[in-house]
Amino acid sequence: MTEQNMLEAQRVAFRYTEDGPNAVDGLSLAVRRGEFVAVLGANGCGKSTLAKHFNAILLPSEGCVLVEGVPTADEDRLLELRQKVGMVFQNPDNQIVATVVEEDVAFALENLGVEPGEMRRRVDEAMKLAGIYKYRDKAPHHLSGGQKQRVAIAGVIAMQPDCLILDEATAMLDPIGREKVMHTVHRLNRECGITVVAITHYMEEAARADRVIVMSHGRIAMEGTPKEVFSRVDEVRRLHLDVPQPAELCCALTQAGMPMPDDLIGVDECARALYRALTGKEAPQCRTS
Amino acid sequence: MPDIIKVEHLRYVYSPGMPDATTALDDISFSIREGEFVGVIGSTGCGKSTLISHFNGINRPTSGKIYIGGEDIWADPSQIRRFRFQVGLVFQYPEYQLFEETVRRDIAYGPRNMQLDEAEVERRVREAAAFCGIGEDMLEKSPFDLSGGQKRRVAIAGVLAMEPRVLVLDEPAAGLDPEGRDTILSQIKEFHRRTGTTIVLVSHSMEDIAKYADRVLVLDAGRVAMFDETAKVFARAPELLALGLSVPEVTKVFLRLREFGLDIPADVYTIPYAVKTLLAARERMQGKAGQTC
Repeated sequence: MTEQNMLEAQRVAFRYTEDGPNAVDGLSLAVRRGEFVAVLGANGCGKSTLAKHFNAILLPSEGCVLVEGVPTADEDRLLELRQKVGMVFQNPDNQIVATVVEEDVAFALENLGVEPGEMRRRVDEAMKLAGIYKYRDKAPHHLSGGQKQRVAIAGVIAMQPDCLILDEATAMLDPIGREKVMHTVHRLNRECGITVVAITHYMEEAARADRVIVMSHGRIAMEGTPKEVFSRVDEVRRLHLDVPQPAELCCALTQAGMPMPDDLIGVDECARALYRALTGKEAPQCRTS
Repeated sequence: MPDIIKVEHLRYVYSPGMPDATTALDDISFSIREGEFVGVIGSTGCGKSTLISHFNGINRPTSGKIYIGGEDIWADPSQIRRFRFQVGLVFQYPEYQLFEETVRRDIAYGPRNMQLDEAEVERRVREAAAFCGIGEDMLEKSPFDLSGGQKRRVAIAGVLAMEPRVLVLDEPAAGLDPEGRDTILSQIKEFHRRTGTTIVLVSHSMEDIAKYADRVLVLDAGRVAMFDETAKVFARAPELLALGLSVPEVTKVFLRLREFGLDIPADVYTIPYAVKTLLAARERMQGKAGQTC
C-alpha cells in the first residue's frame, strides 16, 4: 500500500433528515496523499456537507468515507482522525475560543497534551506561517475578520495535520489576505506534503489546484485539471459558476472574431497569448512575479 | 444635492490610554451626497468596518464630527437612537443575527421598535420582503430552516423595512456563490434605483465595486487614499496594487501587456471594455503593419 489514498469517499449519500433529499448523492472520490484538490459548486450543491465527512463531523447515511484506509465511522479512532484531518471553516468568529491570539493557536495542542517546549515552538511557527505572529499578544476581537481567520488557520496548522480541509476559509478575507492564506496553504502542500481539499467560490484559487472537482446536486458534475475544467466555459456557467477572468476574456474575444486558445486561465499566459496575437512576436521574458 | 453623510476630521482610537491603543481612523474627512451609490474598499484592517459603524453612532469618534442630513449626531448623545433608524447597517454575515420564530416577525422587529402601527409594519415587511425576493410562503417559516443565501436576504430585508435614508452594507455577498452574489447585489441596485436611498457598499471584490458604484472611497491604514468616480479610481490600478489592494484579473492582463511594451490603456476593468480595447488595438497594429498577412 505505497500509493495509499489520503481520503476516499465510496458511493457516499447523506441526508440531514430521515426522509429529506440527499445533500450528497452517491458520490465517489479519491484524494491522493499530497494532492491539492479544489471543490467548486453553487450554494447548496453539497460541497460543505461532503467536506464535513472527511473528519467525521458527519457520517454518511449510505456508503463509506475512509481516511488513510480507516473508516470515519470507527469511533475508537476518532481522535486520531481529527488530528490527521484539520478543518478550517468560513467564519472565524465561530472558531475562536481564547482571549489572546497565541492561546487560541495553542488551544488544540493543550488539549492534546503536547509538552510546553514543543508547544511553544509549534505555536510560534504556525503563527509565523499564517502571518499573525505580530498580533500574538492581542485580543482576537480586536483583529479584523481576515486576521481572525488567519488565527483559526494557525490553530489548525499547529496540530501538524496530514490533511487540511478548507471550507470556504478565505471567503471573508480581502484579496491580499486571501493571497497570503493561499500562499501559506500551497507552501504547506508543497514543502510539508500536506494534502489539501479547498472548497471555494474563487475561481483563481481553483485555477492553482492540481485537480478541480465541480459539484452539482450532491454529485460530481465536472472533474479534471484546472485547464480541462475551465476551458469548458459554457458548461461551467450552466452550473452557475464563473470561470477565471483570463478564460472569460479569451472566450469573449473568440466570439468577437479574434480567435484565442480556450485553455488560458492565468494572467501571464493570457497576456503572452494576446501579445502574440497582436504583434505576431513572442512577448519579452521580463520580470517574474 | 445636499450631503447626507459628512465626516469631519474623524479620529478613532481603540483602547485609548492603554498599552495596546491602536489608531484605527486618522483625520478622515469626506462627504456623500443624498442618493449616491458609494463603494468602500481597503485591505483587511484598514478601518472600513470601524468607519461605517460611526455612521449610526455605534462607535463614537475619539475626535471629529459625523453629520447625518446636516445634524451633528453626537450633539445630544441621548438622541443617538434617532440616527440608528436613519442609517441602516447590514453587518458582515447578518444571518447570524436572526432570532425570531418566523421570517415575518424577524423582518418586523426593526419597524416595531420604531413604534409604527401594525398596518404600517405589515406594509413595510411586505415591501422589504418583495425587494429581497422573499416569497409569501417563506414569511411563516422559521428563519433557521432557510438556506444561507435566503437567511442573508431575510436579514437585509429586516434593515430595509426600517426604510433608512442611508443603507450601509458590509460585504453583503461574502460567502455566496457567483449567482447568489449577483442576485443580492442586483436587488440592492434595484432598490437604490427605485427608492433613491443612498447606498454605501463595503466590498473586497473590485469586480463588484466596478459594476455597481458611482464613486469609490479607498481607505488605507485608517486614512482616505482616494475618493473619486469609479473609472478614475480604477485608472490608478498600479497605485491600488501598491496599497495592497487587488485589481480585477483582466486589469492585471492589461498591466502585463504594458510591461511587455505595448501601447495600451490601463483603465480596463470589465470584460466588454477589454474586448473593445483589444479589437481596436488589433486594428491599429495591423494598420501599421500594412495588412501584411
